[in-house]
Amino acid sequence: MIPYIACVLLFLIGLYVVVSKRNLIKIVIGFCLIEYAVNLFFALVGFKKGALPPIITSADQVRLGVARNFVDPVPQALVLTAIVIGLSTTALMLSLALRLYEKHKTFDVSEFRKLKG
Amino acid sequence: MESRFLPLFIAVPLAGAFLVPLLSKIWSRFADLIAGIANTVLLVVSVYTWLILRAGGVPLHYWVGGWKVIGIAMWFDALTALVVLVINIVGFCAMLYSIRYLDRYTTGRWKFYTLFLLLIAGLNGLAISGDLFNMFVFIEISAIASYALVAFGTEEEEVEAAFKYMVLGEVGGAVLLFGIALLYAHTSTLNLATLSQALATNGKTPFYWFVIATLLIGFAIKMGMEPFHAWLADAHFSAPAPISALLSGVFIKVTGVYGMCRLMFNVFGVSRAETPAFFNLLIAFGAVSMVLGGLLAYSQNDYKRLLAYSSISQIGYILVALGIGNYWGFVGALFHILAHALGKGTLFLASGSVEMQAGTRELDHLKGLERSMPFTSWAHILGSFSMAGVPPFAGFFSKLFIIIGAISARMYWLAFLAALFSAVTLSYLTKVVNVAFFAKKNEEPVRAKEAPATMVLAMVLLVALILIVGLGFQGVLNHLIGPAAKVLMNGLDYARLMLGG
Repeated sequence: MIPYIACVLLFLIGLYVVVSKRNLIKIVIGFCLIEYAVNLFFALVGFKKGALPPIITSADQVRLGVARNFVDPVPQALVLTAIVIGLSTTALMLSLALRLYEKHKTFDVSEFRKLKG
Repeated sequence: MESRFLPLFIAVPLAGAFLVPLLSKIWSRFADLIAGIANTVLLVVSVYTWLILRAGGVPLHYWVGGWKVIGIAMWFDALTALVVLVINIVGFCAMLYSIRYLDRYTTGRWKFYTLFLLLIAGLNGLAISGDLFNMFVFIEISAIASYALVAFGTEEEEVEAAFKYMVLGEVGGAVLLFGIALLYAHTSTLNLATLSQALATNGKTPFYWFVIATLLIGFAIKMGMEPFHAWLADAHFSAPAPISALLSGVFIKVTGVYGMCRLMFNVFGVSRAETPAFFNLLIAFGAVSMVLGGLLAYSQNDYKRLLAYSSISQIGYILVALGIGNYWGFVGALFHILAHALGKGTLFLASGSVEMQAGTRELDHLKGLERSMPFTSWAHILGSFSMAGVPPFAGFFSKLFIIIGAISARMYWLAFLAALFSAVTLSYLTKVVNVAFFAKKNEEPVRAKEAPATMVLAMVLLVALILIVGLGFQGVLNHLIGPAAKVLMNGLDYARLMLGG
């Protein structure tokens, strides 16, 4: 149970950073925390204590029932996809942040509020 | 019935997005050509698939690799048909419009088309995918493409809007992924049909409601529903005009409303009789969006910003109609998705032409454009009539059905509110028409030329469709909207049809 609570805490810390920080890079870091929290949660969902990696090497394993004691591989595959998506979003977000830095010479959000409301 | 056409919806735009950067090195106009071909093919395939669906009467499916429910499922029923048609019609017109519109930007024609095709691929993929994780992946594909497209002009405010949009959109995406993880932990399946069966056997536990709430927050951010609307006005206001048309007309409705409907009605199986709380929530948030969006639109001075706030108000209409929860409510919601996509598409395209030719979008500086840009002006005027619900345009019938739904559910105040805000919509749109397109006698009209032919053609096509949908509403209702509304009404049939087929 504790790892799950830790995930939720990590998510909330990330959300706090995104909402309260004024620095663009810190907002990106906060977003990364949110993403890691969700990915970690998803990976935990498939975890089983003391289980084997989900690789079937021989028909005997299936026959003897070892195959039942595998870690669920699906969340791992999904988390991998989610990490790739997260990579591209982080890259795009940082490039937008850099563009904003070029225009304003600062990362501080409160300095450049051209758009309001 | 199996259909081998379904993978084309994803393969064609992805192949286009791959070829555009390669071939545009040889000749820069290949970008236009490939994007044009890809969108035309998509339009033809979506109409053709819809006709097959109409003829066969059973939903079409395609199991990638023949793995059945553990693999990737593609699913094409009446609801998908509606969404896919909306995406590809507006996508085609936006593409046609972009050819000359992109002359405003000095470089990056191929970048625009690559992102554009990725956006279309994501939306189409979301519409036809039959499993939860693919839905998420396609939402993210289209969302990432849209962030980059909002920042396309790389001016100060565009980048700023894109950043704001991106942070909110990605938090929404993370919340969606969290909901998906919860569902997977609970049911060990991701296919929508098996998921729906697993949830039906579990009953309506607190967990069920928690997952619904998580997913709803994710979709609410994506659709720009009222408490989460802050990004929408900036993003739709800053994007290039064809992208604004696509984002406001299609994107928020496909990733937000369609995604929500598919999951809530077909997977969770909510229904007015059993889970009224869910429907009342939709009505509450929908009504707030409708009222606040309409009032905020009223006070805008920038033409595109006004249209963006109006989108929030129209999303409110769709949510309210879904919340009514009877057949006419669903018909109204789906009809409004169609009518608003066509109407708002026209208005944003017209706003782009005005900005391009007159050099400004500030309402204070625009006067008497009707003289110099008759096609653009009349496209805008007819589009406004449709949005405001003037008969016999498409928008009139969607609002009529919503009001019929509200009255037959005995929610008279809601019917009154919908009619009232229809009048508010009319008043803020006529404000634009009066100020920008007609001049008072003593005023000098702004000097401008009519927009280039392809841009005019894109607007004329959309207006013609508005008129066709409005005048032939009976046919649209019987062949397109009615069956789609039945998919929402008999939500749990989805699993039966997919697993039986």
